[in-house]
Order: sequence, then C-alpha cells, then structure tokens
Amino acid sequence: MNHPKTQDSPVVAVRVEKVTKTFPNGDTPTYALRDVSFEALAGQLTMIVGPSGCGKTTLLSVICGTMEIDSGRIEVFGNDLGIMSDAEVTGFRSRNVGFIFQQFNLIPTLTLMENASIPLILQGWAYRKAEEKAAYVLENLGLGKRLHSFPKQLSGGQQQRVAIARALVHDPRLIICDEPTASLDAKTGHHALELLKKSACAPDRCVIVVTHDSRIFPFADWIAEMEDGRVVKSCPATEYRHA
Amino acid sequence: MLRIALLMLFRDKAKYVMLVVGLTFCSLLMTQQSSVFCGIMLWTTATVRNIDARVWVFDAKVEQVNEVIPLREIEVTRVRSVPGVEWAVPLYLGIEQARLGDGSFQNVQLTGLDTATFVGRPMEILKGRIEDLRLPDAVIIDQVGVEKYRKKGIKIDIGTSFEINDKRAEVVAICHENRSFLAQPYVFTTYDRALQFAKPQRKMLSCVLVEPKPGVSPKELATRISGVPGLRAFARDDLFWTTIWWYIKNTGIPISFGTVVIMGMIVGIAIAGQTFYLFILDNLRYLAALKAMGARMPILTAMVFLQSFSVGFVGFGIGAGLTTIFGLKVLKLETPPFFMPWQVPVAVAGIIMLICCFSALVGLRQIAKLEPAVVFK
Repeated sequence: MNHPKTQDSPVVAVRVEKVTKTFPNGDTPTYALRDVSFEALAGQLTMIVGPSGCGKTTLLSVICGTMEIDSGRIEVFGNDLGIMSDAEVTGFRSRNVGFIFQQFNLIPTLTLMENASIPLILQGWAYRKAEEKAAYVLENLGLGKRLHSFPKQLSGGQQQRVAIARALVHDPRLIICDEPTASLDAKTGHHALELLKKSACAPDRCVIVVTHDSRIFPFADWIAEMEDGRVVKSCPATEYRHA
Repeated sequence: MLRIALLMLFRDKAKYVMLVVGLTFCSLLMTQQSSVFCGIMLWTTATVRNIDARVWVFDAKVEQVNEVIPLREIEVTRVRSVPGVEWAVPLYLGIEQARLGDGSFQNVQLTGLDTATFVGRPMEILKGRIEDLRLPDAVIIDQVGVEKYRKKGIKIDIGTSFEINDKRAEVVAICHENRSFLAQPYVFTTYDRALQFAKPQRKMLSCVLVEPKPGVSPKELATRISGVPGLRAFARDDLFWTTIWWYIKNTGIPISFGTVVIMGMIVGIAIAGQTFYLFILDNLRYLAALKAMGARMPILTAMVFLQSFSVGFVGFGIGAGLTTIFGLKVLKLETPPFFMPWQVPVAVAGIIMLICCFSALVGLRQIAKLEPAVVFK
C-alpha cells in the first residue's frame, strides 16, 4: 500500500520503484530485493520491519546509496541516485543523510564532541566551528557534561545518544537508523527511540528505521513489512498494530 | 579530516608506541651501521686526507693508497720532467716497528717528508715545532700514539726517545692526524732519515707528491703522468674514491654492514607493516562508517598516508637522534669509527618513508575493498 495522495499530502522523501538487488552465489544469484516499491514521507518516522534476512538492511543500504542496485529507481528528495556518479552520491550522502548504526560505530579514540563533529568536518567545516555545533547538539541531547569523554566511558544508551547527535549535527534531510535498539536493553531502547522521535522528526525530514524489535513499533508513523526480499505490507503504524 | 586521522593515531597509544619503536629501531640500525661503515671507509683514506698533495704518483700496479710498491729514486726526476708539473717531491710510507723504553713493541706508520720542503707535513702541530724535524734523530708523533702509550703507562712527550728498527728516534713535536684504518700511530720524519729507519731494500721510494702548474688540473696532470711507463698517478679526490672502492670490492666489510642494514629494513617493514596493518584492521569498521557518512577515497587515502608518514617521521627522528648521540660519544673516544655524511640520514629517511608508504598501501588495499554498506552488517 502506498501513501494516500491528497492535496495537502506531505512530500515523498524516499521513493523506491521496482528495485531488484541480487548477490552472486555460485551460478544462481541470491535475490535480496525483488521488485521492491516503497515510499517514505517527510515528517514521518517510517519503520522497515521483518524477520532476519528479509532484505531490510539491503533496502536501507540502497536507499542511502551505499549499495548499487541491479534494476529499478531510487529517488531521495527528488534526486535520482541512479543517474549520479559515485562521487556525487557520496557528496549527496554527506550533505543529506545522517546515520545511526546498530553498533553506534563511534570512533573510540575520539571524544564525544570530536565524534559528533565528523559529518560537519567531512563537509569542510572548520574544526572549531564544527565542534561548537557538535557541543550544542550534544548538550540538547543531555550530554553537555560529557563532551570530552570517550565512548568507552559511556553506557550503551549514552553512546546511542552520541550516535543520534552525530546523525543530526549537519541537519540532514534523511536519517537512516539500522536496528537502533539492538545493542540496548528494553528501557534504554525505549528512551533512545523517544529521543530520536523528539529530536529527529521534523516536517522537512524523513526518518527511516530498520528494526525487528516490535517493542518500538509504537514510535512509527508508517510501517513497511518485508519478507523474502519483498515489501509485503505497507501501512500506517496504527493500522499495522491492529492488523 | 587530517586532524581526526592524527587523533586516531596518537590516542591509540599501544599501537602508536609499537609503530614508533619499530621504526626507531629500524632507523637507528640503518643510520648507525651506515655511519660506522662510512667511518671505516674514511679510516682507509686517512693517509690521503693527512698528507696535503694534489697529485699522487705510485708504481703502475698500485690500486689504492695503503698498498705501497716501492719505486726507484729516479722516478722523482721522471715525474718532474712531465709537462705541467710545478714541483715533485719524494715521500716514504711504511709500517715499521718501534721499541719503547720499557721494551714493548708497537707498529708505527712511518712517513718520510721531503727534507727541504716538508711537503706532506702533519695537519696540526699540537706541541713543539715542525722545524725541529731537522735536528738529529728527530721525529714527530701523533696524538693517537701518545694516547696508546699512555694507556700502557708510558708517557710520551717532547724529548722522549725510543727506537725504530733499532735506530734511535727522539720526539720533537706532537701532532694531530686523522686516525688510520689499522689505528697505528703516525710517526713523521724527514725522507732521508726515514730511509735510515726503514729496512733497506733495492727500491725505497713509496710515492711522489706533485703540484700541478697553474692552469693545469690535477686530473689532467695525473693522466699525463700515468702515460709515463711504470707509473700511475691519481688526483687526490680520485685516490680517495679509488681507495674506498677498493675496500668495498675487495673486503667483506660492505657485505657485513649491508646485511645489518638490510636486516634493519626487514625488521622495520615487518614491525611497521604488520602493526600498521593491524591498526587499519582495528579501525576498518570506523573507516567504513566514515565512508558511509560521505568520506571519499582520496580523503581516506590522505588520512592513512598522514598517519603512516607521521609515525615514520617520529620514528626516523628518534632513530637519527639516537645515532647522533652515539656518534658524538664515539667521536670523543675515536672508536668505533663513525662518520655520518648527509646522504646517510637522507637515504635512511627515504627508506623509512618507503616502509611507511608500503604499510599505508597494504592498509589502503583493505579500505579500497571496503563497501560502505558493510557498516550495516
């Protein structure tokens, strides 16, 4: 099911049309995505759910341009990733996409402020300005007193907050979260999603979360369920819960 | 991102120290051994450097300065007759046995200077006067000899007498000379007296020292003199390098030092290469995350090369510094030989940078293969 179109419909942030992705596996290729079509709207938190190996992470990878597709079309905020060169996709990603990884991937030898400032430095910001902005975002996420701490000095929940800060610091239009609660206990995971929803969701921004943790489904606005490389269900989260 | 690269390197203390220690050891080994090798090679040319002459004439079969095949006295006159010769004087060089007052023996490098001109005189007279060489039995001994005897408990000073091949010699001055390969004391006297000290042979002249006329280059004159049958002449620089090359080709010294230098290089490659590779492997997922976040390959390449070269510079700097300290210490003791021309640190720095380059490329190979999507796995 696609999003219903009305005159005041929000902008389609991500449009995936008939995307197929295979991985070589001997003579027979393995299908990770089979003719997948999917939309995510700006201003919403969209969850891609499904069992392990159903293609959620592959879909996430192709949406953010870190993986090439075999066929189909992907548009992010009106930009067709398929016609961009590698360098253009990389540049587009650095400006428009914020990442929250399952393992956080915070560089252990950098302080929280340095970690959070990386997306800005990649865009050519001066170190001092980048760190000032990172400090501001970290303070908003309740880590103002830990700016000079290293990731290993923090709890899992705090590390997740740093990852959120790093994903938001450069004001990207698309936030990609890969299993954001997988490394956290239930309570901390709940808090992390609350924080994500509060700080990341904005009218001009799209948040896509890949998860198989049903406890965080209530935070979603829209849920797309995948199975065996296909989107088998795509509906508002309220309907999904009742389904 | 370069600052981030340096922070990632410097704050990973265990690996950083390991990398620096490995490259320091490598740099120290290569610089120190090369400098000792250069020092030994320099010792072999001590006679050329001690005796100030622009053209040296030997028997035609002589290949280097420490190999003396005696000439007839008449050769001095033959050399003087070659066009372009301003003057030519005889020189005696020989290893003779000296007996001290306590009865102990010591080989000395006896140098007989032209009696009239003292051409080839010692570089620096520390005590006494060169003119006193004209006194009966007079000799000048160098500081190396004085020190050697002092260690044996024998004090040598002006007025001290000893015997050279059973003939009395009396010290009239003490000089400073470059140390020779065999570290024998230099004893200077007049040419005529040197022939009296030396064991008599049919031919006694060791070589002829020549000054070219103004406008004639030493090389050109050496070529002309070499045209005289039975003679071979060298310009001073040519004799210096011919002697060094003779030792390189005819002794095992370069192989022995070369082996240590190559071992240093291998150790450097092994330690630095492996540790840097591990450093990259440890950081691979973070580098993949950076790649996903928009770091392009040229940025990551610059980061890895900066990390690698930073370690290289620090390792080389410490290694070269330690070698310099070693050099300053041994130069005071005068043994083992040590000479560090600028080419040695430059070459070692080049090798260290090559090692770093190799290490960086090994790491970069992993990063280049890395799909940014790997961060989602």
